[in-house]
Amino acid sequence: MSDVAIGHGQPFVRKEILQPEPPPASLVGFSGWARQNLFVGPANTLLSLFCLALATYVAWIMLDFLVLRAVWTGANREACIGPEVGACWPFITTRFGQMLYGFYPAEEHWRPATVFFVAVALIAPLLTPSAPYKKANALLFFVAFPIFAFVMLSGGFFGLRPVETRAWGGLLVTLVVATTGIVASLPLGVLLALGRRSKLPVVRFFAIAFIEFWRGVPLITVLFFATYMLPLFLPSGWSIDGLLRALVGVSLFSAAYMAEVVRGGLQAIPKGQYEGAMAMGLRYWPMMILIVLPQALKLVIPGIVNTFIGLFKDTTLVAIISIFDFLGIIRSAFADPNWATPGTVYTGFAFAGIVYFIFCYGMSRYSRFVEERLDVGHKH
Amino acid sequence: MKQFLTALALGASAVFASGAADAATLDQVKQKGFLQCGVSTGLPGFSNPDAKGEWTGLDVDLCRAVAAAVFDDPTKVRFSPLTAKDRFTALQSGEVDILSRNSTWTLSRDATQGLNFTATNYYDGQGFLVRKSLGVKSAMELNGASVCTQSGTTTELNVADFFRSNNLQYEVVAFQGQEETLKAYESGRCEVFTSDQSQLYALRLKLADKDEHVILPELISKEPLATAVRQGDDQWFDIVKWVHYGMLNAEEAGITSQNVKDMLNSPNPDIKRMLGAEGNFGEQIGLTKDWLVRIVSKVGNYGEAFDRSVGKGSPLQIERGKNALWTKGGLQYGPPIR
Repeated sequence: MSDVAIGHGQPFVRKEILQPEPPPASLVGFSGWARQNLFVGPANTLLSLFCLALATYVAWIMLDFLVLRAVWTGANREACIGPEVGACWPFITTRFGQMLYGFYPAEEHWRPATVFFVAVALIAPLLTPSAPYKKANALLFFVAFPIFAFVMLSGGFFGLRPVETRAWGGLLVTLVVATTGIVASLPLGVLLALGRRSKLPVVRFFAIAFIEFWRGVPLITVLFFATYMLPLFLPSGWSIDGLLRALVGVSLFSAAYMAEVVRGGLQAIPKGQYEGAMAMGLRYWPMMILIVLPQALKLVIPGIVNTFIGLFKDTTLVAIISIFDFLGIIRSAFADPNWATPGTVYTGFAFAGIVYFIFCYGMSRYSRFVEERLDVGHKH
Repeated sequence: MKQFLTALALGASAVFASGAADAATLDQVKQKGFLQCGVSTGLPGFSNPDAKGEWTGLDVDLCRAVAAAVFDDPTKVRFSPLTAKDRFTALQSGEVDILSRNSTWTLSRDATQGLNFTATNYYDGQGFLVRKSLGVKSAMELNGASVCTQSGTTTELNVADFFRSNNLQYEVVAFQGQEETLKAYESGRCEVFTSDQSQLYALRLKLADKDEHVILPELISKEPLATAVRQGDDQWFDIVKWVHYGMLNAEEAGITSQNVKDMLNSPNPDIKRMLGAEGNFGEQIGLTKDWLVRIVSKVGNYGEAFDRSVGKGSPLQIERGKNALWTKGGLQYGPPIR
């Protein structure tokens, strides 16, 4: 054939570029990914198969218990009694209000619900980079919202019935403690970290003393002393609100941890950055705020979020001050004889696990998003 | 650590003698407008929040009865759920006015914890849970049985003492936690499950078929679960003690929340004294003449509280047993109101 073409006296000239062949099927798509990552060599293949089997087994057990064999409706423990019964969901649904709001009076549940929705409405645009009016939004969330939330939740103003903090509980307390701790600990932590690296000996001494004290004592001891020892030293009739004690304790505590995380970031900034800033005539605060901190904080996002997630889960310790957080209220519900069944405890803990996972994984994903946006990994 | 904290709390309350611990608790409670009651963080039938978020149970009812006696309103109580570690410190520091939290009355606690036990609200003790199919009616028939128990607890020691002193053969199968122990019993690793009797009734509800299991009548240890108040306030001590005795006397005299209004016209001199138609017995302890009417009409007598929380009217179905009135073979005995 080719002889014929050349025979006409015309050399072969390709007019179009040849279409690239698709990569071999063994390298693309899911099967290609699996081949390259899971089934490289016999040892990896064996390990992959083993893990796959294990994952399937666990997933099946959970699906079987939580969905397939689960009981969905019922009025009391009788519904969840039986040889092949799995999760007892009516136990959760009858107490759902209590798990969200604790002992907050039922007819006032709209108040924490409103606060929650307002919080979401303010946080969502704050966390979305493309949303406008960031400054006004931040002002609303960090200044106006806490006042609004306080008035709504504790009442006593505008004809709202006062609800003392002892009645708060459930997810409400978990979120109040965690949010306050998170919002208060970051600025405090930054200040402490700067203080610890300060050249002024008094400032440095106090920052070190503060950080080392709070890192040196367990949170549980702090709460215990604040709750049961403080009343002995205060004059009779004086008392500090229990939840407030916890909020202050948790904030100071996490601030100390945050300070060390931020200090790690500060140490990673090369000296040249400081010197450059000073050479441009910047004084201490402009240098820190404009040059050093933006770089340092960006570096320690994983550490900061780590502290936040730990704090979120530590809120359970408010049980010491006789307040039931989300997990505490579920545990106390186990004691209700009307719902004592073989599966109650497992259902309660499974539900708690799912809720905690949603919150903690949410925080983790958002931090990944921020890291990618700020290009922390210096990939390019 | 715990002992150190306790010592510190005791020392502190001694030094700050003008502090909360010394002022008359009754006046403080009246001034606050509510009673602060320490309960457990959740013990079925004794103190647990119900689906509506209201605290219920036998321990809770005692606090409600005290509130009814003081304020004529059983809802004027605020509950502090306390863990076993914190309970005595909470009482010493004045954080709670009454500790009604299934605490066993022992000499050392009475002597060293800065508190006074008022009266035994529930006579508990270690008991045995067995399968009905075993056909055992008494613990004396348990010769050669294998017993599931929690390891490293007094429960284990009590079993050993009981079987040895009765010359019975036995085999102990010990586990770490209570849930594991129960699972082992259910799966047939042993024939007998032992724990405090009130616990057995609650744990029985967690078995797949509770009606296949029975709790034997014997108690092999003494666990009197008593209410406690701070040391040094005799008036408050008397009030809390007599609220319990009042509820016992009401049951003995047949006064219930249903008939208490009719009983006011009763010719019986005992009942007249109790309900304040004669004498001023309530006033003698700092309450009002109609103190017991308030308690019984709002909370009920001891039997009513028992049935509602742990007895026939509750899923626990605990027998009165040792908690029956002394007239019915039990230990609950209210000294006379006269």
